[in-house]
Amino acid sequence: MDSLVLGNHCWLPDCLLQPLLTLREQTLGLGTQADRKLPAPTPGHLQQNQPLPVFPNPLCQSRGSTDAECQRNENPGLIMDPECSRLLPAFCSVLVDPRQAVADDTCLEKLLDWFKTVTEAGSSLLLLQENPCLVDLLSHVLDLKPQDVSPRVLSFSLRLAGMFAAQEDCFEYLQQGQLLLGLFGEAGPLSWAVWSVPTVRSGWIQGLKSLAQHPGGLHFLGDSGAVDALFSLQGDSSLFVASAASQLLVHVLALSMQDKAEGSPSLKGSAWPACAQKIVAHVEASLCSTTALQITQALNVLTTTFGRCHSPWTEVLWGQLSPLVAHLLDSEPVPATHSLVDLLLSVARSPVFASADCTLWETIARMLSCLSPMQTGPLALGTLKLQHCPQALRSQAFGVLLQPLACILRATAQAPGPPGLLDETTQGCSMTVDTLLSSKSACVGLLCQTLAHLEELQPLPQHPLPWPQTLLVEAVVIILRLCDGSAAPSSSEGCRLCGTLAGCIRVQRAALGFLGTLTLGTSSWELVPQVFAILLETLKSPASSPTVLKKAFQAVLHWLLDSPTPPGCSDLGPHTPLFLRELFPVLQKHLCSPCWEVRDSALEFLTHLSMCWGGEANFREVLLASDVPKLAWQLLRDPESYVRASAVTAMGQLSSQGLQAASDSPGHPEVQQGLVGELLHILSVDSEGFPRRAVTRVFTEWLRNSHADVVQDTEWFVATVLQMVSRDLDWEVRAQGLELVQVFLAQTLGQPNPSCPYAVALPKVTPPSPLPEVLRTLCQMQIFDFAFRALFDCDRPVAQKACDLLLFLRNKSAPCSGLQEAGDSSDVASVEATLERWQVGEQGQPLGSLEPEVVLAALRSMDLEGLQSRLAESSDHVEKSPQSLLQDVLATVALLEENVADCY
Amino acid sequence: MMALPYITEHTGFTGTVYATEPTVQIGRLLMEELVNFIERVPKAQSASLWKNKDIQRLLPSPLKDAVEVSTWRRCYTMQEVNSALSKIQLVGYSQKIELFGVVQVTPLSSGYALGSSNWIIQSHYEKVSYVSGSSLLTTHPQPMDQASLKNSDVLVLTGLTQIPTANPDGMVGEFCSNLALTIRNGGNVLVPCYPSGVIYDLLECLYQYIDSAGLSSVPFYFISPVANSSLEFSQIFAEWLCHNKQSKVYLPEPPFPHAELIQTNKLKHYPSIHGDFSNDFRQPCVVFTGHPSLRFGDVVHFMELWGKSSLNTVIFTEPDFSYLEALAPYQPLAMKCIYCPIDTRLNFIQVSKLLKEVQPLHVVCPEQYTQPPPAQSHRMDLMIDCQPPPMSYRRAEVLALPFKRRYEKIEIMPELADSLVPMEIKPGISLATVSAVLHTKDNKHVLQPPPRPAQPASGKKRKRMSDDVPDCKVLKPLLSGSIPVEQFVQSLEKHGFSDIKVEDTAKGHIVLLQEAETLIQIEEDSTHIICDNDEMLRVRLRDLVLKFLQKF
Repeated sequence: MDSLVLGNHCWLPDCLLQPLLTLREQTLGLGTQADRKLPAPTPGHLQQNQPLPVFPNPLCQSRGSTDAECQRNENPGLIMDPECSRLLPAFCSVLVDPRQAVADDTCLEKLLDWFKTVTEAGSSLLLLQENPCLVDLLSHVLDLKPQDVSPRVLSFSLRLAGMFAAQEDCFEYLQQGQLLLGLFGEAGPLSWAVWSVPTVRSGWIQGLKSLAQHPGGLHFLGDSGAVDALFSLQGDSSLFVASAASQLLVHVLALSMQDKAEGSPSLKGSAWPACAQKIVAHVEASLCSTTALQITQALNVLTTTFGRCHSPWTEVLWGQLSPLVAHLLDSEPVPATHSLVDLLLSVARSPVFASADCTLWETIARMLSCLSPMQTGPLALGTLKLQHCPQALRSQAFGVLLQPLACILRATAQAPGPPGLLDETTQGCSMTVDTLLSSKSACVGLLCQTLAHLEELQPLPQHPLPWPQTLLVEAVVIILRLCDGSAAPSSSEGCRLCGTLAGCIRVQRAALGFLGTLTLGTSSWELVPQVFAILLETLKSPASSPTVLKKAFQAVLHWLLDSPTPPGCSDLGPHTPLFLRELFPVLQKHLCSPCWEVRDSALEFLTHLSMCWGGEANFREVLLASDVPKLAWQLLRDPESYVRASAVTAMGQLSSQGLQAASDSPGHPEVQQGLVGELLHILSVDSEGFPRRAVTRVFTEWLRNSHADVVQDTEWFVATVLQMVSRDLDWEVRAQGLELVQVFLAQTLGQPNPSCPYAVALPKVTPPSPLPEVLRTLCQMQIFDFAFRALFDCDRPVAQKACDLLLFLRNKSAPCSGLQEAGDSSDVASVEATLERWQVGEQGQPLGSLEPEVVLAALRSMDLEGLQSRLAESSDHVEKSPQSLLQDVLATVALLEENVADCY
Repeated sequence: MMALPYITEHTGFTGTVYATEPTVQIGRLLMEELVNFIERVPKAQSASLWKNKDIQRLLPSPLKDAVEVSTWRRCYTMQEVNSALSKIQLVGYSQKIELFGVVQVTPLSSGYALGSSNWIIQSHYEKVSYVSGSSLLTTHPQPMDQASLKNSDVLVLTGLTQIPTANPDGMVGEFCSNLALTIRNGGNVLVPCYPSGVIYDLLECLYQYIDSAGLSSVPFYFISPVANSSLEFSQIFAEWLCHNKQSKVYLPEPPFPHAELIQTNKLKHYPSIHGDFSNDFRQPCVVFTGHPSLRFGDVVHFMELWGKSSLNTVIFTEPDFSYLEALAPYQPLAMKCIYCPIDTRLNFIQVSKLLKEVQPLHVVCPEQYTQPPPAQSHRMDLMIDCQPPPMSYRRAEVLALPFKRRYEKIEIMPELADSLVPMEIKPGISLATVSAVLHTKDNKHVLQPPPRPAQPASGKKRKRMSDDVPDCKVLKPLLSGSIPVEQFVQSLEKHGFSDIKVEDTAKGHIVLLQEAETLIQIEEDSTHIICDNDEMLRVRLRDLVLKFLQKF
């Protein structure tokens, strides 16, 4: 019982979470269409034929179970239970039987995960001793004829052996039987025909990686010739294998240096362990190679090394290898530039080099000046993100990032910005100009990359200072003008750029994205008019694609909500009302667009704008003077479900803010009186889920915020909504219905108790009416009927929410003394019988009219806490258990055997 | 097309005009509408006083800037239209038309409108493609046939979009948005347009859009003297339509959805505003009518009816006229004006792709296409950019196309071909001598077998017949090969010639037989033996030379 009581306290009520979630959604801005609009997958259905027990069952309830048993029940994967031990021999014999192929290797993967947890939790040696079939499995795999070996079984065995050998005693145990040498040595799978299968090579590497955890393992690697094999696997045709080989080399290097170098940081490379020396020598040789592939492999190994190992020996390693790395820059063209950039950034990020000498910075500086603009971009961004970096290098890197924009400004004869700001950018400028002018793809690629990098850099605390806000805004504006063809440059470069960028949607999108973030930290309000002007032109242009329009709407939102106002100016700033007056006709046009994406974006924009500015007098005036509310209303009947959903949200928002005055005008009397009716109509008849979900969300918000249309008759409103929602096929709608009930109950019965001991205690809301009366009302509203049905919902989130709701109700009603403990016992039995039938899927029978006493008795007889904890487990916890996996494998084989028999 | 009567009826034209059937039928409709509009307002006297230069210069622009106004003609009559159309010979796509045996002309689908064509003009060894208004967009006509334009020596490129900066898709969106916005605000929409062409696509867009925009109850009126014919003709030219529309015909369904709009009474058409239309007219509504210049036709009435209300909107979709100039006489105007020119013809990006695909040796185009538009001189993308640079022409300029006709194709009659015995002189090259009579008629050349050798004259009649055929001399074999000088000299020595000298000349060698006072000039394509009246010696030397050469 104790644990059940504890379970009650652990409940974090969703009604407390919801405001936080809502707030988070709001701050995310305009979510992407895909994010919001994709049909949400049902998060795990409960199987109807396996109902979860709700009513206490004497056979299931083990009130006297020990803590260990509890833990065992909660974490069945951590131990090898007897049932699994019993199944293992059969399983192992199936694996080594060449006539019985394991069809589903995902089972093997899951079993490996399980073995990993088992070996991490206890002694592998003990496990092998208790289950000798496992060692037999490994031996049998080696004894099979090469043509009989299944690649997936071999891979499984290699990985399994590596897991066991990760513990030194078990490693020695396996070594005694020469098993490890057989599996990982040169005479093993390495020389078999099946080695050509990537899975086997991958399994071999992963097995070795698991094994290499202790000095014994390290020696084994050195003695077995595995390191040499890893060198060649670096160039494997399978990228996964090649990557795993590189990572294992890094792992081996780090392991061999782990003890040796820690005590003496100045230990020279020549005194390093043999294994480490061998790897470093291989890397050195690769760096001196003339083939780019080998250089790339060496650089990747080093990048991983410096990324993972932050011991002093890495400094020695860099000291030894940096001349070779620097030498790569002398080649023309510079090989493996991407990997080189990654390496330099990896070294620079390593805490070991925080106070390093300047060779690293010199190499980065050299690289920034000699690579092409497309290649230097990522290096420059990475450099600027570093916490510790010389100021000169930061300036150079920032100059590199700014170069393309500076070139655009120069080519279009714009002011080059504050003097001195772009002085550094003159160097290498011709290369940038060449790239911009060479071809459309090069120009577009460079600009998109630059804009994305600057967008990423802008909000970071370490972004360069001074941040040339004005210059950047001007550059982005001119880029947008080049894209829409309204720029009129006089230079030949400008004209060519104009030809290249005209109508380029990719650059337009990138520029609008960056322009949106440029509101952050903007202090000069003089920029606002030109930004508003270009945004308005983009929104007005018939050539703007739906994606461009969406980006433009987002940028407008940023600039409207965050744009600076001149000192002494309150409200919306001097430009905003004028802008809004021009914006709304454009918005009206887009609400009538034949392209549904545009209508949808326009509605989302309207929703966000009115959410933020619904109280601003200027905004209200312009909005109400336009036809926007009326058009939004008409879109409730749009043929596209996404648009209807957005229209529902927009209308809900407008209505909350009292922004439907225009719709009340004579000639449209039906509008206001029918908004609730219209939304209820959508909820009851709309064939798509999105609009119905939107309606339930709007209704919940209205209830939460005491919307005028709702407070007129809240009980009728909630009961009507629930009646429709309870029959809905969409689980999100049903879940949202429960959310609505939660809000209603919180308003009626008071907030749920805070579950977090550190949470600020909310003032207790006194229920407006006595509890028995409230419960009676709830019964009349059929809230219990709805909640009980939801409790047995085949979709887990709905059942969870219903369970939480009923627990809340039960707790609230606990101190209720006005009601008898139980009503008529026959009524209670009848209700329980009905609920049990509902539980097994027979929900046709109605619950009938309920009395509060009967409901309370039914609630108290239910094991809601037990149900809550079972619902908290993922829906596939049964299928994922090792026992089930083993049974699956065996059952599949049995089935195959039957089929074979049938054939004869 | 619209100027055809001026050519065929007023210039002494006696030739044949080739056109596809939809071009003729729709051209007739367009001309019929024009004549109808003009004849509705007959003038007792032609208004021509304004053509007086003193008066003309006082007129507002652009009239005052018009040149050669005295040569301007009155609009043609229906009689002239019919006469012009009677001179047309119908052709189908890919049909080959022989013009005097000199060239073959073939129309190809240009993808712009029903029956619109590009033309290939080719001889046996030269090919010129003439690209007129073409479209690569998926609209109602058959798609543009690009493959047949490949391997052209010259590609003449005309009829590009008049509004290269306006994307037709964006313009259609703009059209629909503004239309819906106006209607929802209780206003009317006027669309000045031609009775054929873009209107089919607009009606199709609206068909898809009106239900979603909640405009199902709004009447659409199409008013033109040829409205009915235009809507019906469009449905019967199945073979000229795009694949999707063609396949509808087999279902069978009308290829264009405007049939359904008419059936459901959403689209109504009338020959004019008088009569039935007056009874049916209700507002708010959408009216499609001509003429897009706003100078004549039913559109004038609607401009006057609706121009004073800001609720109404006029939406220009035809790119042929400046909308500001079209509106000038109606100013001040309260109604909203939206300019959505929908021109589906090729833009410069599409031209660039087309040229990469078709790869003509030379491109010839109007001068305007070789530089950016004057108003947007920085837009380097708004011009044709190809290698070699296009050859441009101005109005009325005569161009020599950049190729020479070097070969003619000659047919050989089968019996003559049978008699030929080719001899391989180099691997892969065989030669045969041909003796034949070249017969040329209608620019076609045929080699026929030569007449048999003349029989001994047995009568006057036969003698006369044999006079007609050319004399056939006995043919000597043709020689080929080269004479290796050193070996030739050795051969001479072997045959008893001595005192031989060889001199090199610019063209070959001279072999000097000093003793015999004889010269043998050996050049690339001739050998001369020069000796003084010693025929025996010459023949001996000739035979020695011939040993080194092949005969056939």
